[in-house]
Order: sequence, then C-alpha cells, then structure tokens
Amino acid sequence: MIQQLSVFLQNEPGKLAAITTALAEGGIDLRALSIADTTDFGILRMLVSDAAKARAILEQKRYSASVTAVTIAAVPDVPGGLAGVLTMLANEGVNIEYMYSLIGRGEDKAYMVFRATDGSKLLAALAKHGIATISNEELGIR
Amino acid sequence: MEHYYQREIETAPREQIRKLQNERLLATVRRVYERVPLYCERMQAAGVSPDDIKSIDDLKKLPFTYKQDLRDTYPYGMFAVPLKDVVRLHASSGTTGKQIVVGYTKNDMEVWADCCARSIVAAGGSEEDIVHVSYGYGLFTGGLGMDAASKKVGATTIPVSSGNTQRQITILKDFKPTILCSTPSYALHLAEALRESGASKDDLSLKAGIFGAEPWTNEMRHALEEELGIKAFDIYGLTEIIGPGVAFECGEQTGMHVNEDHFLIEIIDPDTGEVLPEDTQGEIVFSCITKEAFPILRYRTRDIGLITRKPCPCGRTLVKMTKPRGRTDDMLIIRGVNVFPSQIETVLLEQGYTANYRIIVDRSQNLDSVDVEVEIGSELPSDTIKGLDRQEKALEEALRSLLGISAKVKLLEPNTIERSQGKAVRVIDKRKLLD
Repeated sequence: MIQQLSVFLQNEPGKLAAITTALAEGGIDLRALSIADTTDFGILRMLVSDAAKARAILEQKRYSASVTAVTIAAVPDVPGGLAGVLTMLANEGVNIEYMYSLIGRGEDKAYMVFRATDGSKLLAALAKHGIATISNEELGIR
Repeated sequence: MEHYYQREIETAPREQIRKLQNERLLATVRRVYERVPLYCERMQAAGVSPDDIKSIDDLKKLPFTYKQDLRDTYPYGMFAVPLKDVVRLHASSGTTGKQIVVGYTKNDMEVWADCCARSIVAAGGSEEDIVHVSYGYGLFTGGLGMDAASKKVGATTIPVSSGNTQRQITILKDFKPTILCSTPSYALHLAEALRESGASKDDLSLKAGIFGAEPWTNEMRHALEEELGIKAFDIYGLTEIIGPGVAFECGEQTGMHVNEDHFLIEIIDPDTGEVLPEDTQGEIVFSCITKEAFPILRYRTRDIGLITRKPCPCGRTLVKMTKPRGRTDDMLIIRGVNVFPSQIETVLLEQGYTANYRIIVDRSQNLDSVDVEVEIGSELPSDTIKGLDRQEKALEEALRSLLGISAKVKLLEPNTIERSQGKAVRVIDKRKLLD
C-alpha cells in the first residue's frame, strides 16, 4: 500500500500555490496529484516523496490533512485497458471511492491510483487477475 | 489543602456576612441618595427613602440602574465623591454604544485588588508564582485589575498586556510563568501559536489559567486544560461594578463565588423585574455596597445565570453563581427560537470541532438563516467529498436536534477565522444592518 496525503482546502484563489510552495520549501517531491472539489472546499490528494515529513510540514503550516493508504495498479495501456480492469473490480464487488492516474511511467502500462472502501479486497482482486501493483520503492517514496 | 486569600470573610458564617451586608447597604443607600442626583430622583419617584431600607431584604424596593443611565450621566454624573478623591478612571470599550467611565478611590483600588487576589489564591497562586497577564493594560479593567491582584498576593507579575503573540510565546517559554490571565479565546490562540512554533505544553511551566471577560463553555475549559496543561478557572466581572473580581471560581469548578461582602447579587425575571428564588435562571443584577467613587445599585447586567447557596466543598460560604450563559444582548432569536452563541459552542466542541467558529445570521425573504462556520482540526476526518458532506450534515443535525435551529454548516481550514487579542467576535448578525 502507498501512503497518500490528503489536504483540506477552501475553494479560494492562491490556495494551491501556497501549499505546493510550502512542500517545495521542505524539499518534498510530488509524484501524483488530484483534486476533488465542491463550491466551498476541495480535497487535494497527493503522492509525495516523504508522506510523514510532508504531513509534519502541513501541520505546522496549519493545514488539515490526513494520510490514507491507496493502491497503484499497472493497467494495460491500450484502448479498453482501464475499462477491463474496472469491470473486473465491479464483478469482484470492489467499491472504488476515488481514482486518478499517475503520469506516464511504464512502456505499455498506465498507472492508476485507487482508493477502495476495502483495500485488501482490492489487492486480492488485482492479484487474482494478474494485475501488478507498484511499491513505494518503485515510486521513490519513503 | 484549600488556600484562601481572606479566609475570615471567604468562609464566614452566613449570618456574619448578612450582618455586614446590611450595614454596608444601608450606608451606601444613604450616601448615593445624598450625593448622586439620579438616585435621589429615582428613589423619590419610586416613593422610597433611605429609611425604608432596613436590611438587604429591602433591596428589592430600590429602582434598577440600566446601562443607559450610565450613558446619560456620562462622564461623571454617577460619581459619589469629588474628583479629588478619585485616583483612577477606567472606561468600557464602547463597542455597544457610547463608552462609560468609572472611577475608583484609593480604597476602591484596594478592594478591587483584594477581590481579584482571592481568585489568584483560589487558583493555587502564592508569592511563589509568576503571573503572566495577557489582558490589555489601559482603560480596560482586565490588565491593571489582575496586575494589582498579583502584586497583592506577592507573586511575580509579568505585565505582557495583549497582542504580539510571538513575543507572548517567547515569554511563556523563557520567563516560565505559572499562572496565565487572559480571555479564554486568546488563551486558545496562544495554545495554537505554541503548537505552530513547534513547541508544546511540556515547554511551559503553567499550572493554572484565570480566564474571563467573555462567556465561555466547560467544553472550552477542557480544551484549554488539555492544550496548556493547566487547570482553568473562571473569573467574572464588569467594568460598571468594578472590573474582574466580582466573582471567582474555586477548585471545584462548579460556579463562581460572588464577593458578596462587596457586591450583592440578585437574579430577576428580565421581563417583570421580579426577584427570582435560588436555582432559578434569570438576569443577574448587582449592587455595590462598599464602592466609594462609583457605587451603583441594582445594576441590570443583562447576563443570564442563576445562584445557589448549596455548601461548596472548598469551604467558602460565599454564594455561587453559574457561568453566565451569555448576555441577553448576545442572545440570538432565530425564527423565534432563542439561542446563545455559547450553546452553539457547546455543540461544536461536543462534536469534536474547535472553538474557532463564527455564526453568521442573515435574513432573506423574511426568513432568518444561520451559517455556522467552523475550523476543522489538523487531522482531516475524511478525505472524500462524501465523507466531509456527511460531517457537515451530522453537525447540522446535532444543531437541529439539540438547539432547534436549522443552520448551514461550513467547514473551514484551520487558522482562517481572525483571532481576537481580547474579546472574541463570534456572531455577525447581518439582520442588524438591514433594520
């Protein structure tokens, strides 16, 4: 499982700039990022080079944040590749809370970040169908 | 073991206090009748002469004094001594209207310091302690009042005054004060700033906090005690009566002992003016019976609370008043439902939120609307939109079921609501701007 950092942000201009600057100043590298938003607030989800350190920086800068376990799966990078995996997960009864993609890594694979209601069920389903997952080491995450 | 600053008075038998109160009230009534034109006129209009007041049981015959009276007689109309005998002036902030001015004779200053000193000693203070005073020094009574009290006790006083939070943190760490005096909201702000500086309560030497000048809840007390590693004591007062020290809390933390050798307390029905029995909630009314310069009688505080004479395990026999629920001026009427901001604060803290909140009341198409904005803690409770929506809904449901108001809850990032250096502003009532 990969440690993902989630941060609560009010939906206001400059918020994203401030937080990425704070992390940059702490020497934190971003591996992936996605935002879910409503009219009032947003949740910024990130994979960073050092989740614990980033969490501490954010705590000091007075952000509300949490660390959540997510799974990264190597999905065939062909038309219908993702659809196939999602259909398989649906059939296996895995409930996905959210997902986003990791920008280009493998030759013929696309990497998708998944958060499921039941993380171990997700891992079991992926393993059963021979879909590889990525480790912290492979991503250069501490 | 319980410590007292003035054991004889603080633990005196009821009859002894009553005797003292009778003598002092009679003398004060006579004096204001002769020296303060407003009291002479009001008493004559009510058909009461000083001779009709034979004991504190006759207090109810006297007319009330209202804040407006103090404004109407601004600046010196209520003074009962010539200005040459007045050694100090203080003034209210004037945020709710024209400011009012109060005076103190040398003796009034001594009495005031004694009253506040009782609070410091009840909080465990002695000459061994270092008292950090974060109340503003100046016309506001908080700073200089607690300063004089700390000196009376013989403690080491740090007159930090309000503002410059970073410097306050440095002083808390380096000078090692053991007792903090401030508004509760500012104490919470100091705790946040401490955490932000990378330090914790373990870096401080505080053992107690004496907090007042604004209404606060028991839930906020627990938060302050936890964050600062202290025992938190309430202190009550108002400029019109003397400043802080009208009533103070003992280690039982179940209400404040009124310094009733100097101030008489009554609870009345705010609508009829009728005096209510013990343990019944109503408006708190005070009468000064030792003040020389500014002795006001039956002053309508507009604070809502109740009194009880049940024996206190601390040994003090002074009557206890509950933490006021808030001023009648602060009470919000939302679609006909009466709500005090302190009740909303209680719900927020019970639901695991911070005491950093703002209540925005507005009216559109003749319907009142309430927005409760509250900062979430440093640990994000859910990282999905659905999860956070559920959080907001759960809080809205709690406000509805516990207080009967339908409010819209908005979660805010930590540290986004402006922190007050003195009294916190919790309510923005936009309806007042429309009227």
